[in-house]
Amino acid sequence: MAYSFPDEVLEHVFSFIQTDKDRNTVSMVCKSWYEIERWCRRKIFVGNCYAVSPRMVIRRFPEVRSIELKGKPHFADFNLVPDGWGGYVLPWIAAMAGAYPWLEEIRLKRMVVTDESLELIAKSFKNFKVLVLSSCEGFSTDGLAAIAAGCKFLWWLFSDFGWLLPGKCGLLYALYVDSFLLIMLYRVNDDHVLQTFVYLGLEGIIFQAGAEDSDVFFFLTLIWNLRELDLRESEVDDLSGHWISHFPETYTSLVSLNISCLGSDEVSFSALERLVGRCPNLTTLRLNRAVPLDKIANILRRAPQLVEFGTGTYAAELRPDVFSNLAGAFSSCKELKSLSGFWDAVPAYLPAIYPVCSKLTSLNLSYATIQSPDLIKLVSHCPNLQRLLVLDYIEDSGLEALASSCKDLRELRVFPSDPFGAEPNASLTEQGLVAVSLGCPKLQSVLYFCHQMTNAALITIAQNRPNLTRFRLCIIVPRTPDYLTLEPLDVGFGAIVEHCKNLKRLSLSGLLTDRVFEYIGTYAKRLEMLSVAFAGDSDLGLHHVLSGCESLRKLEIRDCPFGDKALLANAAKLETMRSLWMSSCSVSYGACKLLGQKMPRLNVEVIDERGPPDSRPESCPVEKLYIYRSVAGPRFDMPPFVWMMDDEESALRLS
Amino acid sequence: MSLEEGGPESPESDVTINMMSFEDTELTLGLPGEGRSSSTTTTAAAVVNGAKCSAKRGYIETVDLNLGSCSSKPRGHGDTSVHDSGAGKPPAAKSQVVGWPPVRSSRKKAMNESCKYVKVAVDGAPFLRKVNLQAYSDYRYLIKDLENLFSSSFTIRNYGTCDDDKEESKLKDGAKGMEYVPTYEDKDGDWMLVGDVPWNNKNFSNMFKYCKLS
Repeated sequence: MAYSFPDEVLEHVFSFIQTDKDRNTVSMVCKSWYEIERWCRRKIFVGNCYAVSPRMVIRRFPEVRSIELKGKPHFADFNLVPDGWGGYVLPWIAAMAGAYPWLEEIRLKRMVVTDESLELIAKSFKNFKVLVLSSCEGFSTDGLAAIAAGCKFLWWLFSDFGWLLPGKCGLLYALYVDSFLLIMLYRVNDDHVLQTFVYLGLEGIIFQAGAEDSDVFFFLTLIWNLRELDLRESEVDDLSGHWISHFPETYTSLVSLNISCLGSDEVSFSALERLVGRCPNLTTLRLNRAVPLDKIANILRRAPQLVEFGTGTYAAELRPDVFSNLAGAFSSCKELKSLSGFWDAVPAYLPAIYPVCSKLTSLNLSYATIQSPDLIKLVSHCPNLQRLLVLDYIEDSGLEALASSCKDLRELRVFPSDPFGAEPNASLTEQGLVAVSLGCPKLQSVLYFCHQMTNAALITIAQNRPNLTRFRLCIIVPRTPDYLTLEPLDVGFGAIVEHCKNLKRLSLSGLLTDRVFEYIGTYAKRLEMLSVAFAGDSDLGLHHVLSGCESLRKLEIRDCPFGDKALLANAAKLETMRSLWMSSCSVSYGACKLLGQKMPRLNVEVIDERGPPDSRPESCPVEKLYIYRSVAGPRFDMPPFVWMMDDEESALRLS
Repeated sequence: MSLEEGGPESPESDVTINMMSFEDTELTLGLPGEGRSSSTTTTAAAVVNGAKCSAKRGYIETVDLNLGSCSSKPRGHGDTSVHDSGAGKPPAAKSQVVGWPPVRSSRKKAMNESCKYVKVAVDGAPFLRKVNLQAYSDYRYLIKDLENLFSSSFTIRNYGTCDDDKEESKLKDGAKGMEYVPTYEDKDGDWMLVGDVPWNNKNFSNMFKYCKLS
């Protein structure tokens, strides 16, 4: 009576379903679909490394090839999470080393990665291809050297008898002759005699042993050829610039290298140049600040196929020969679409990139301290620009020029050149953002630091750009009102959430009352992430958000007068979210305990550097609170300033 | 279960309508500090102010937060000084708050390394500008950019050419016929002519305090 496809057919169908959400849905249809799906899922995303344990992931998904993990909460970027809080990747690597020998990709964000973890990665995964460490810390260039050195032919010997163990064999010598691989192996036989074998083969192809021992077949595959190493914005302990030299001379498979976060004073340029020169598939290269301008031309000429390039320090004495060499090198890169770096950029050398500007879709000038006139000249050469990151030096005039030149703009980020200055450092106001919202019909994503704003401007922006999906506004001085009317900016942000129906991410700033949260709760139905600082009047604000925002996944709050009531009244909501962060608010220790006791599937972490919370009255607000849903239960790697509110403890206290 | 009365500045007209949902929730346990006499650890002040514990903290208050003990001072009315002061002007004392503005430490570090800001004033110009000395590798650029910065105030034309080594440039105001000479104040307080000390000297950037075209 039951009609069912063979498993292989279903598996084939499932292979077309790529997103996690859809995969999760598929797995819930019925038990057999769950079983089939879990065996063929290859990619895992864990948004909070403490929400689930490595063992649980491995148990359910035995054949994973790619994993992405996130550790610390977002506010760790701004030093709000004390050092040592957690987010260690080693337990994951250790578990996966045994369970996923064929793991190909590891992507980590805000995690603590030690050299030991990197060495373990280099040793454990035979087919490893991609390592992305985004805003991670805890490792040094020694760990990177281990990763680079791991890119050798890890050989793997077995026989059809299975009696040959890796420990009894070894690689004596390996050599590339054109594209052929010549290797010499040794083996200790049962009589304790050392035998040697010489083999010749092609990269990536399994080949068979020589005639020496016909009972035994040696199968050899070439593995461990890293494609991507991306260290975006990680903090690396720079012990030596020579880790780049650890990539073997025979290693040619690099596709993407991002070392822009490295400070290293000495990067081995010759090793870098040789590496770039021998990797024909290299499409992304982001250099670090230490690479001087006059080295760029050499590197570019060796990699004219580059699609994404990040310069080092873009400053030097103006010399016509250096300039023309550089301009020529850029012109030879016909595929270049994205540029970044430009530390301390000097205006005189900017025209060197004009030859590639017409094709550019992404430009990151957020470290370039050049002024508005030069920026205007530059962006007017880039009609196809989709993404621009820039400092407030661009000023309103520059943004107006941007609005008229770059009609395809999708994302704009304007950073403050002097974030701690009391006065504005450049003539950048709300007008610039209004201009861009008017002139760029495809604008979806905004991050904007400025000193002043008005409700009128926000309303205009909202009406111009209902297609906004990410809107992050940071008015630098907290609680700044509309500078024309002196009113709160509630109505302005209200317009944003009302008009931008697909808004997924929102960051608030300026003077805000509970009213803005009422708007958010009413209109922001697709909002997934909300960041709040120095806003609101009472618990009502928090209540509006928790009860109204149906799609909310991440909520982070600092310095707001939100306390126990809204939190306790909306406890169930917290299980539908990934996490909630509250610091310098008014949530009491007692409420935290209550929450921990009542909600076993939530981990309620009290982070307080003043000492144990029960040394203070229960009504005393905690410094920081981090609540996240978890099926793994409480974690055991907490530092002394983190207390987990769990059932047992609370029960004892309340009696 | 009533919400604490907000400070005088908060609009409370429609609070009561939404308060009903609070009563409907599952968690109806008493909140800490609310009429609980059994707890031995609460001080009298805490009991009294239990309902007010979640008062908003002013900006200044946040900065000066005394974290040594949980002081249960009545904060029911919040810190109105922030809202009412000077018709909405931001607080004058801008002490640094942790993690604000939300700029990543990698960016802060990068900017600090490249941040050698110097105020530049030109006699007769209505405002100061700031320039980042690290962005320049020699005087010619600095002067050129200064020209650009101040060109909106009045026309400044470059007078004479820059010699390779000497790098003395004099700027001239076409309209008034006045010559502008860039000078700066070094660490010792002496006024020096731009160009006296070679640019490539790393110490130079540290000495630059104030550059005046007069």
